[in-house]
Amino acid sequence: MRKPVIIGVGLTPVGEHWRLALRDLAVEALLNAMEDAGVDKVDSLYVGNMASGSFVEQENLGALIADWAGLGNIPAVKVEAACASGGAAVQEGVKAVMSGLEDVVAVVGVEKMTDAWPSDATRYLAYAADAEWELFHGVSFVALNALAMRLYMKEYGYTEEDLALFAVNAHTNGAKNPYAMFKKPITVETVMKSPYVADPLKLFDASPIADGAAAVIITTEEKAKEFVDKAKMVEVAGMGRAIDTINLANRKEFLFLRAAKVAAERAYKMAGIEVKDIDFFEVHDAFTVMAALSLESIGAAERGKGAMLAKEGQIAIDGDYPIQTLGGLKARGHPVGATGVYQTVEAVWQLRGEAPNQVPDAEIGLTQNIGGTGSNITVTILRRV
Amino acid sequence: MGRPMQVARYWRHFKEKYRLIGGKCKSCGHVHFPKRPVCPECGSQEIEEFQFSGKGKVVSWTIVRNPPSGYEYYKPYPIALVELEEGPVVLAQLTDVDPEEIDFGMEVEMVTRKVREFEEDGIILYGYKFRPPIK
Ligand SMILES: [Zn+2]
Repeated sequence: MRKPVIIGVGLTPVGEHWRLALRDLAVEALLNAMEDAGVDKVDSLYVGNMASGSFVEQENLGALIADWAGLGNIPAVKVEAACASGGAAVQEGVKAVMSGLEDVVAVVGVEKMTDAWPSDATRYLAYAADAEWELFHGVSFVALNALAMRLYMKEYGYTEEDLALFAVNAHTNGAKNPYAMFKKPITVETVMKSPYVADPLKLFDASPIADGAAAVIITTEEKAKEFVDKAKMVEVAGMGRAIDTINLANRKEFLFLRAAKVAAERAYKMAGIEVKDIDFFEVHDAFTVMAALSLESIGAAERGKGAMLAKEGQIAIDGDYPIQTLGGLKARGHPVGATGVYQTVEAVWQLRGEAPNQVPDAEIGLTQNIGGTGSNITVTILRRV
Repeated sequence: MGRPMQVARYWRHFKEKYRLIGGKCKSCGHVHFPKRPVCPECGSQEIEEFQFSGKGKVVSWTIVRNPPSGYEYYKPYPIALVELEEGPVVLAQLTDVDPEEIDFGMEVEMVTRKVREFEEDGIILYGYKFRPPIK
């Protein structure tokens, strides 16, 4: 099969973009990516988005964004996998290029969340859970993660302060990212003093509701030479995705992301690498406990030892397992359906050596994007060409 | 607030939500909740209804302080994962309990309670909640 490479990236800052519409954000990121890649037309567009119908009463994003970006009569669709929509859209774009059907593909992830009232946004996010058997009982997405957080602390003997270290690391790194929503370092005390949203989960254990869009341009290694120098090429070396029960209560294990393990194993096999070969990890830290569970399920830490990596300082830029190098969901922000594409853009920066918070000599990076309460997960391996 | 839930949508799950009836696989005997069309253990499609006792223990819990719209009236309220006597785990609100009393392994029993109201003239949804057993 053909080797897929990313040749251009574009994005908007993550934030509360009250003056911009969903289409404005998406088109800006998309056109930036096309400019970065030096392409003026693409064969198709994949849009990662979770809940535009609920948040801004707009579906059919393929047509909307391709139309407004002036891409002509190309095929364009929305890809939805809850908060993993962005990661899934990138993978669909890669598949289109690998198959030989399309040569130059654009992927944009976008979400406009701040047009909704906060309690409505909370409900729309819970649509990614099981509407009949979870949302029905008044559970929020945060509450589902709080159930896991309480169990994780009990099972492995961690404290709320221990988990807060993931938020501290994310904010430390996000402070260097001009596109991040929060650019201020925080301390464990900041997290501990923030109010409970769903005990024991506090406001600073959670990623913020935000607006944003990010985009990448994917083509084949052969075709890439027409547009950019080798230094700008990043190979999509491996990818995998898998689902688990949508309903947390139906899970066989509450503290292991089975879907992430399966997805990661597929990605490692395709890339021909092991977890020890990876130089940095952009994992889905929508909640601090999810950062710990993610590290464990993709094999970077043993079960119950994910939070230990944070305590030992190994998740920092100069540690053995740097994570959230540009702030992660927690500090960069989490415009849900766009997040997987932001992760991809940030990994590309690292591998091109262009990151404002550079992991020295990074050659291989991993992005892991979670939809639902661990119910729909993508893992993608990116490698310097 | 969004549109009121349709009556038809709710009535599809009348038995499950009022009486805690789930599924039992005729092939391997696995019991599950809610009832599924395919057995999650063996893949059999021969599933019969199964009445749970309603007795269980708290596996984990949280207090919802920022609820989804439509549930503001009840906030803050406790939600738990409850492991039923017969094995499956269900998610539900806890009721008739002081949040300070909730603990791992606490015994609870199922009761039918109001879960949500849809504004004036809207329908009222009932369903299972769990409480410490009345001794
Ligand atoms: Zn069976």
